[in-house]
Amino acid sequence: MSINWFKYSSPQTFFPLAGKLALWFGALALVACGVGLYIGFFVAPTDAQQGEAYRIIFIHVPAAWMSMFLYLVMAFWAGLGLAFNTRLSGMMASALAPTGALFTFIALWTGSLWGKPTWGTWWVWDARLTSELILLFLYFGFMALQAAIDDPRRADKAGAVLALVGVVNIPIIYFSVKWWNTLHQGASVSLTTAPTMAATMFAGMIVMALGFWFYSIAAALMRARCIMLERERSSDWAVHYAKRSA
Amino acid sequence: MLAALRCVIHRDLLLATRRSSDVLTVLLFFVIVVSLFPLGIGPDPALLRTIAPGVVWVAALLASMLALNRMFAADHADGTLEQMLLGATPLGMTVAAKVFAHWLISGLPLVLISPVLALQFDFPQELLGVLALSLALGTPILSLIGAIGAALTLGLRGGGALLSLLVLPLYVPVLIIGAGAVEAAASGLGGQAQLLLLGGLLVFAGAFAPWAAAVALRISVE
Amino acid sequence: MSWGSWQNFLAMGGYAFYVWGSYLVTLGLILAEVVLLAMRKRTALGRFRVRGDTGQGDR
Repeated sequence: MSINWFKYSSPQTFFPLAGKLALWFGALALVACGVGLYIGFFVAPTDAQQGEAYRIIFIHVPAAWMSMFLYLVMAFWAGLGLAFNTRLSGMMASALAPTGALFTFIALWTGSLWGKPTWGTWWVWDARLTSELILLFLYFGFMALQAAIDDPRRADKAGAVLALVGVVNIPIIYFSVKWWNTLHQGASVSLTTAPTMAATMFAGMIVMALGFWFYSIAAALMRARCIMLERERSSDWAVHYAKRSA
Repeated sequence: MLAALRCVIHRDLLLATRRSSDVLTVLLFFVIVVSLFPLGIGPDPALLRTIAPGVVWVAALLASMLALNRMFAADHADGTLEQMLLGATPLGMTVAAKVFAHWLISGLPLVLISPVLALQFDFPQELLGVLALSLALGTPILSLIGAIGAALTLGLRGGGALLSLLVLPLYVPVLIIGAGAVEAAASGLGGQAQLLLLGGLLVFAGAFAPWAAAVALRISVE
Repeated sequence: MSWGSWQNFLAMGGYAFYVWGSYLVTLGLILAEVVLLAMRKRTALGRFRVRGDTGQGDR
């Protein structure tokens, strides 16, 4: 049996598949987040040092993980599109960016709200938050560049170059910020709880991360469908779909 | 090929001397921005001495970024850029030559004038060398990274602001390490580690940025 | 983890503002994204009706 790897590489075949997958992953996301929130609020105990404020971790850390993971995935699809000149890969990258930016913002917002009761200030220049801030700028740059280019093919390719340059730079940025942070603050300032986290706290974080991951997939697929409808307006399958949904 | 590259550099320098206002504007911007900080923060000498490396570095970064638009725009407008794309010389090498010329025009003057500006902040004289050296290593990196941004945004509306948004996050490590070198020297630890890191970044950027900018140029011009 | 009462749960040990501020904003942003996507799809489909079958593919 030979696998046709490229069966779903055209918008026409991918569009209905994306729709079905989006529904499934959306449902899975609800379940996972439900379980994660239950663990986070009703299983995990109160933290000895931070009281109940630490419960923000169940959003902050998964959101931060997602923000970085989605950038990598976005760069992957963008690079694929650049290398193989496939339309759909570029659309996928563009679809991922806003969701990635959203999770980066959530990580920053929750980090700020976590920092206020624990460190006394609304913003802490620790390595992770500062890197997240720069990551947000990287996302915005990608979206702004694509928005400024009218031709979708040029937008895809230009975005791909930017995303790949960004991916190469992220480790450099992270390590330079980490070094800058330790140099200027001496003792390590970090927004995590004590190094030995209770197993239940860790479980809650992991399940919430899964929930965010499933949600990201669903949102990105939904957005990819919108992009396909916008860009492929002259193709038959899109016209038929529009007629059917009218 | 070297002849072609020499030609590219010579041409860019010649054009810059003919429109010298471009060069001077960048330099003046650098000077003015550095002077703004004491006006905004206050003339306390101890405070100024502490912030001097950071201020000079940020101002140099912003000034160098101002000049990025010019790297490819003029050639794109009169068709020279397309000739470069079609030419026999590898585009990456041509880009490297253009970046070098751009640095000579917009980066080197900043390096040379930075000690004078640091003296405005009563920065210790023995550290002026480290400051200049950190900028000498850092500004080429900024030009190299900036070339990628300039190539990507060629001909787009919203040019300058969009270019800044793209390029500033990528500048952050250079800023941290460059200013950090001077601050480390100021605190007695010596800035060799950071300067070596900058050198490494320069080599890395020198190897990959021209190639990335060339890819971006082909995307923007086709 | 038993909270004892609804009031304890909502009070979050005094950190209600920070904890609920985080969770509610997150929920709100995610819902906003979903709503915006639904609106975007509706706009995209609407363009078919307006322009007819021969519209040029664009962004």
